[in-house]
Amino acid sequence: MPWRKMLAITWKDILSEFRSREIIVSVMVFTLLVIIIFNFAFGSNADTMKITAPGMLWVTFAFAGVLSLNRSFILEREEGCMEGLMVSPISREMIYAGKMLGSLTFMLIVEIVALPIFAFLFNIEVITLKIAAVTLLATIGFVACGTLFSALAVKTKARELVLPILFLPIVVPVIIAAVRATSLALSGKSWGDMASWLLIIIAFDAVFLVISFWIFNFVIEE
Amino acid sequence: MSQAPDAISGNWSIETRALTKSFDERPVLKGVNLKIAPGEKIALLGPNGAGKTTLIKILSTIMYPTSGTVFIDGLNSREKAEDVRRKIGFVGHNTFLYSNLTAFENLDFYRRLYDVPAERVGQVSEMVGLKSRLGDRVNTLSRGMQQRFSIARALLHEPAIILLDEPETGLDQQAISLLWSMLRDDRNATRTLVLTTHNLERALEIAERFLILSGGKIVFQENRSSLNLEGLRQAYRQHTQGKN
Repeated sequence: MPWRKMLAITWKDILSEFRSREIIVSVMVFTLLVIIIFNFAFGSNADTMKITAPGMLWVTFAFAGVLSLNRSFILEREEGCMEGLMVSPISREMIYAGKMLGSLTFMLIVEIVALPIFAFLFNIEVITLKIAAVTLLATIGFVACGTLFSALAVKTKARELVLPILFLPIVVPVIIAAVRATSLALSGKSWGDMASWLLIIIAFDAVFLVISFWIFNFVIEE
Repeated sequence: MSQAPDAISGNWSIETRALTKSFDERPVLKGVNLKIAPGEKIALLGPNGAGKTTLIKILSTIMYPTSGTVFIDGLNSREKAEDVRRKIGFVGHNTFLYSNLTAFENLDFYRRLYDVPAERVGQVSEMVGLKSRLGDRVNTLSRGMQQRFSIARALLHEPAIILLDEPETGLDQQAISLLWSMLRDDRNATRTLVLTTHNLERALEIAERFLILSGGKIVFQENRSSLNLEGLRQAYRQHTQGKN
């Protein structure tokens, strides 16, 4: 069953990360530092927060996400295991899906830890169903696109520089939509008011999942 | 009457037709035609840069050719890539093992990808004589042990064809001896083996047929029955012009 093989790849990534703690620890430290620096810069005034919090939150998640995604395929290359996956009887699409699901898990863990800290330091209510929905949907799009670009960047010499340069301009629409939707959620607006931004995020998710499935084979081809 | 390519290549374990591969317009393989019968043990020799690794990677479907066709057990490797991968065990320069995981976790991961029962992990570890080290993390094992587990990984799904690309790379003499004795003792007579190596002496112990690849072409092939070590060395020197 292809999905079992896909889950085996995800589980392997999670187990490997659990042992090394390379991604989670570095991304978590980065996230906390950024939140603390923003806290010192902007304080926790309620009016200021309503304007600046969505941007701060998504800047933090975006850069933490780039850090995390950078490691996704670098570890496969450093260990020389990419060829081991490629010679296994699993479609390239399922390799992509397995790696994407692993990265999604890591990012969601970071977000689940970061959101309460953000709420505490900035004194704003970010732990709501609306913000959880925005975060989940935007993270799916972010990781769907990022996993593809991570596979592409890992083949270059300056791989850790190449990923943000290639990936961030592409993912800007989803970050803008997430910032706007988060801003509306913090202002207490309804689901209906947020709908247009959520639809943009969902459309981005769908487009990048389809495109990534379609071209991943060519991206990892030597 | 025209026949489907699959039917034509049905008798061969591996068949390549006019295989070429170029990287950035630089040709590495220049029309390789190869026919290997089921159960044949082949040594693919040649200097560095001759295209041995590229050919092995194409046979294993890691890489696709620029032009030409590969049939594995009668299956077109581009059209039936997943079916072809089930038939192949690949041992390369790298062990394909994740250093943070234990040997057991690595083999268990790969056996899930190959869809084989869990008992195979114990069986193949026993075959390579390392069942007692299954619980050890790969980064605590010697390079020789890692390579033996790499062979165990390649044998998990009992492949009909095993491709070995310079498997002795990075091993000490003792580990190399062990590796070669494992390959010699492989009792599966129907298993096809293709091995690339620079070690002519060792190749002579295992292979039944020798191919020399030079400049992207097969420039020499001969059966073991008509060759001794000196003959092989001479042929190698003659066809590779002394390159390493």
